[in-house]
Amino acid sequence: MSTHAAVDERLAPTSVVRKLLARPELGSVVGAAAVFVFFSIVAPSFLQASSLSTVLYSASTIGIMAAPVALLMIGGEFDLSAGVMVTTSALVSSMFSYQMTANVWVGVAVSLLVTLAIGFFNGFMLTRTKLPSFIITLGTFLMLTGLNLGFTKLISGSVSTKTIADMEGFSSARALFASQWNIGSVTLKVTILWWFAIVAVATWILLRTRAGNWIFAVGGGADAARATGVPVVKTRIGLYMGVALCAWISGQHILFSFDVVQSGEGVGNEFLYIIAAVIGGCLMTGGYGSAIGSAVGAFIFGMTSNGIVYAQWNPDWFKFFLGAMLLLATLLNAWVRKRAEARA
Amino acid sequence: MARVRTGVRVVGAVLAAALGASLAGCSSTGGKRAEERAKAAAAGRPAVSTPRWTFAMVTHAGDGDTFWDIVQKGAKEAAAKDNINFVYAHDDQAQQQAQFVQNAIDQKVDGIVVSLAKPEALKDVIAKAVKAGIPVVTVNSGSAQSAEYGALTHIGQDEEIAGEAVGTELSERGRKKAVCVLHEQGNVGHEQRCAGAKKTFSGTMENLYVEGTNMPSVQASIQAKLQADPSVDAIVTLGAPFAPTAIKAKDAAASKAEVDTFDLNASVARDLRSGALGFAVDQQPYLQGYEAIDLLWLYRYNANVLGGGRPVLTGPQIVTAAEASKLEEFIKRGSR
Repeated sequence: MSTHAAVDERLAPTSVVRKLLARPELGSVVGAAAVFVFFSIVAPSFLQASSLSTVLYSASTIGIMAAPVALLMIGGEFDLSAGVMVTTSALVSSMFSYQMTANVWVGVAVSLLVTLAIGFFNGFMLTRTKLPSFIITLGTFLMLTGLNLGFTKLISGSVSTKTIADMEGFSSARALFASQWNIGSVTLKVTILWWFAIVAVATWILLRTRAGNWIFAVGGGADAARATGVPVVKTRIGLYMGVALCAWISGQHILFSFDVVQSGEGVGNEFLYIIAAVIGGCLMTGGYGSAIGSAVGAFIFGMTSNGIVYAQWNPDWFKFFLGAMLLLATLLNAWVRKRAEARA
Repeated sequence: MARVRTGVRVVGAVLAAALGASLAGCSSTGGKRAEERAKAAAAGRPAVSTPRWTFAMVTHAGDGDTFWDIVQKGAKEAAAKDNINFVYAHDDQAQQQAQFVQNAIDQKVDGIVVSLAKPEALKDVIAKAVKAGIPVVTVNSGSAQSAEYGALTHIGQDEEIAGEAVGTELSERGRKKAVCVLHEQGNVGHEQRCAGAKKTFSGTMENLYVEGTNMPSVQASIQAKLQADPSVDAIVTLGAPFAPTAIKAKDAAASKAEVDTFDLNASVARDLRSGALGFAVDQQPYLQGYEAIDLLWLYRYNANVLGGGRPVLTGPQIVTAAEASKLEEFIKRGSR
């Protein structure tokens, strides 16, 4: 190849199409469109506005966590404690408010501090011990599962919290974390706004700030990043605290929307967040991905899990359909990305 | 590090808001103080002077299961009354459950209460206990195998009979199309409940599987089902925590369906009283724990056996708005 051509290529203005093709979430967008068209055909009630709002709600509860998890995965790490952390956060708010007979907002604030502390613990342990994040967060996952049950049982004498719906501050907190608007037959939940805002902030951090460059650098190769002056430790701790912050938001949503929290909930949800991030184009090895992709991944998940119900398929096969749809969406995603990379 | 600093700022802002809101003091409504105010003191002193026997209870409960919590409470209160040293262990893996029963035999306890969710796995170890002269009472599940394995009595609800009660009640209420919401795929008891309901229900009934560990997803799935099929006029949930969620889903889907449920808890009682729930089917878990311990005591003390080799049923009891208010305080103290 002549140097002349190479210079030309670098100087040539990149077309919009080529820019789009280089985006990590392109494959998932195609996958989402395919899933959407599929269910529009097989499920008659899927295209109703009210059905789509249900799908959006379902997607938002996954998406709120998938965005910070995607950032963490771009930074090259996992968080297996994310699902249970959501429950921990809800339990702390509820039990603190109840036991202290305090205004509900006090419990909410205490819960934020506790949840951020868990995120900090994950990041700190990871950077200090140099153990894989799989082990560290698996440990946190198990400890939190035990603490959720142990503390709830110890404090409230049963395995679920007591109602705090009749306490001061509940209605205003519910307005922030679990309100909804009815437009005709359509119910829009506030979690959808939270989701969009979180994805927007995460995208801004990733693409427009120095911290974003650090995340990509740390995920691409921590030693190389450290050599070029990237604060690897701070970046990682920050990423885990980002996951914790969003876990707090999700936890408060669950608390204020369902009032009573079961201590055993949340187990297994960490995989949904990771699945959404991976469908959205995050590499399992780090260094590549996007926050918007995680949102598309969460949307695919919401469409699939509810679309199966709209299609009224035999429920005995529900999990099989879910797994097959997810696998197909991810394969399509990978195929489109390969084609796009070959052309670019 | 921008993210950390943002975090700190957010913490500051929320803390400030929270402290501002709580400056006026604590919540004057609800909370622990209200509970303590309302709490009646119940003393747990032994009522008998029999020797302090040790009874072990080994169940298939998973971690954090509300239902088994109430069973355990019943067993504990009966143990306190009967001067029994009560030991409890649980694991949802049958193999581990069998191990716990073996541990109880090794400790030479004076009686064993065991639930038979996976009967085959526990067959051998129960035979060992019987051979060692330890009386065994089975609770909750395993009514078919209890006598065969050598247990004195079985105390519990027949899931199919409970389901049939639901089907009958739905028919009497003039329902045409019902959805049975299963929150644990592959749970035999759940399948039996829905099958029983389908048997006696005069309309049609479909099963819907939901992700029981993920409440928002439970809501979305029920909502989706109601939107897909507007002719559904009854939703039956198999566990109390899922009833309020089904009500939310029904409201969001603007459906006219009646929500009914198995099992009781505080929100179910509240919703029954307000009319948001049609009825609840209770199998009285407190009674299962209480009776198991009490019957072991009766056997030790007086060689009494109840049931004549047949299961002693603790349910189904249909609870409607009329009974709900009466039961509410018992539910609050965790014994219903």
